[in-house]
Amino acid sequence: MAGRGRPGRAGAALVIAMGTLAAACAAPGSNSPQPAATSASPQAAAPTCGTAPITMTGYFETGFPLPKALTTEFSKQHPNVTWNIREDQFAVITQNAPRVLADNPPDLMRLPQVSELVKDDLLKNLDGYAQSFGWDRWPASQLEQLRLGPGGRPRGEGSLYALGLNVSMTGVFYNKKLATQIGMSAPPATLAEFDAVLAKAKSAGITPIVQFNGGATGGLAFPLQNLMASYGPPGPINDWIFQKPGATIDTPPNLQAVQHLERWIKAGYFEKDVNAVDYATMMSRFIDGQGLFTFNGDWESGNLDKQMAGNVGFMLMPSAQEGGKPATMSAPLTFGIAASAKNADCAAFFLNWVATDQRAREIGVEVGGSRPMGPADAYMPEVASDTVTASTLAAGADLAEADGAMDFIANATGAIYAKSWTPNLQKLVAGQQTPQELLKAVQADYASQIEGS
Amino acid sequence: MTARPAGVRSSHRRPAKRRSLVGWLFVLPALAFYAVFVLRPIALTFQYSLYEWDGIGPSTWAGPANYGKVFTDPDLFDSLVNAFQLIVFFSAVPVALGLAAAATIRRIAASRLALVARTVLFLPQVIPLVAAGIAWSWLLASTGVINQLLELVGLGGITRAWLGDFSTALPAVGMIGAWVLLGLCTLLLLAGMSKIDPSLYEAARLDGAGAWREFVSITVPSLRQEIAVCVTVTVIAALASFDIIYISTQGGPGNTTMVPGLQIYYLAFSEREVGTASALAMVLMVLVIACAFPIQWFAKDGER
Repeated sequence: MAGRGRPGRAGAALVIAMGTLAAACAAPGSNSPQPAATSASPQAAAPTCGTAPITMTGYFETGFPLPKALTTEFSKQHPNVTWNIREDQFAVITQNAPRVLADNPPDLMRLPQVSELVKDDLLKNLDGYAQSFGWDRWPASQLEQLRLGPGGRPRGEGSLYALGLNVSMTGVFYNKKLATQIGMSAPPATLAEFDAVLAKAKSAGITPIVQFNGGATGGLAFPLQNLMASYGPPGPINDWIFQKPGATIDTPPNLQAVQHLERWIKAGYFEKDVNAVDYATMMSRFIDGQGLFTFNGDWESGNLDKQMAGNVGFMLMPSAQEGGKPATMSAPLTFGIAASAKNADCAAFFLNWVATDQRAREIGVEVGGSRPMGPADAYMPEVASDTVTASTLAAGADLAEADGAMDFIANATGAIYAKSWTPNLQKLVAGQQTPQELLKAVQADYASQIEGS
Repeated sequence: MTARPAGVRSSHRRPAKRRSLVGWLFVLPALAFYAVFVLRPIALTFQYSLYEWDGIGPSTWAGPANYGKVFTDPDLFDSLVNAFQLIVFFSAVPVALGLAAAATIRRIAASRLALVARTVLFLPQVIPLVAAGIAWSWLLASTGVINQLLELVGLGGITRAWLGDFSTALPAVGMIGAWVLLGLCTLLLLAGMSKIDPSLYEAARLDGAGAWREFVSITVPSLRQEIAVCVTVTVIAALASFDIIYISTQGGPGNTTMVPGLQIYYLAFSEREVGTASALAMVLMVLVIACAFPIQWFAKDGER
């Protein structure tokens, strides 16, 4: 384009004008298509999938076979229903959720943290379905985490926006062979006893805890929140996760918990390279017998029963006080219906079927490894008593009795895990962060994220 | 673009204005693509950067506040600093090693070894960056080959999880980048060397110059333009890096390898702060241009 000053410049101006014209000049997002009308509509009879052929669209998480096992069984019982399922990794679902729900609304979708989705009117309000299916007569604690106030805040009360395929729970898995080796005959009953076992393992040359804390997923949040539950009640932590006004994570019991975690780190109870270990590496190390304990969830129970048959045990994190009530992270495997889904009725019928059908509940336990949702007196499948699945199910019952369930501190906001807990826990491991500063930093990020959203 | 066949000019004489219009017509399809897929996104990004927006709901006007945040929020600003540190690894190392490798390969040009060396060095350029990132995160793991080799030669004391250590994560990621970009630089410089007049070397040798003198006085000055291209490409790769870091460290541990590309991605899709993400993207674009133009100008200046 050398040598021709004028036309060249005019042409460039034209190109830029074209570019700018193509860019809409209105404020972004103001023309968003969602109608706000997702409020409950009371229904006389519970909806069904009908008898006419129907294709349901689903958006599920890769690597977790439970949803597909359930949809397959559902089609067997209801042959008019076929499924069109797309799968992605959970991180991808998290990032895509708003766009997918807005532009290409699935009938049924695995959901990440829901507050922001509710705020943008992307999820169907399920109050009407809850009434007609009788979900409101289930134990209230099952649905607490799925209820949201108007505009998505606070969580824990208000309208129902999602349901779980089951309720997963976290705690401490241990390698039975290594436990016997260091003379641990029964799970420790207090935090002090737990500390003693860890010290014993360390001096016997066994890695006490294998955990992940690398990349953008700080797995030390698992032991940290369990320690928080050892030192204090779960209520205030839940309030913080639910974004209740005035809630803070920077409390004295939580500080004790972070200090305790720091002592574990300094004592060398975690692997030296824990900041470079991802979830898959942690699992393969634990299955390979490279460590005594691992903090994880019962979604791995089925897998561990297969890979370490008879050699793996499970316990809830012991309390700091003798006889203290158990408390731990426990959350529904959240699924929801897009606000503008085509077959919302059938999706709701499916969710109800998952919780109430006998075969579906069996699949939930066999494939999913966790307690099914549903009425308190619903059918409970039998599980062989020597499996870790049996121990996690039993622990789930204990937990429900003690009312010790809380959501995960990583679910407080959409970005708190990757952008705040993870870097701060990694710094704690490297000795570049103090417990007090860690809580202050997370609280500051939390405040700015809530304010920004 | 300036060269026109003489015959065409004499047989089809048209008014200058008309001819220029026809010219634009030919360019139009490409321009349309450029406008829609390059200029429009830039314009939109600039527009977004002036709003507070979560990507879906209504937006509110924020003016230049998002730009203020880019320079005052330590997390965002540190990612820019990290990107400049990466330039050392992504640019300086590949260009310096590339010069050495190209000069060596040229000396043994006739042998089969030269072909092998060229292939081996260029191979990383062919491998997808994601695959390179995964392979290197295995090599650099605490039980990986790098640490095994170090133990073998008695350096067991310095072994560590290179990508999980606060002091070594950024250099480790930088070395992956250097490995990827070395091949490109070597090949470019080698091509440049082949067009240097051999008589220059002959004359120098007659004057008693050694290999080093030849390299410094003939090879490097003659490669000025190729070096400029290498530096431009690698500096942009450093500032706009994403893939390798996303795969190997995801910005960890503790944000030590956080770079603007990754930060923009997290801001837009995980924190859903589209405005701040766009502002950081605009700042990054200006920085890339500000770094690339002087290098180009420097190379052109030498030509004259």
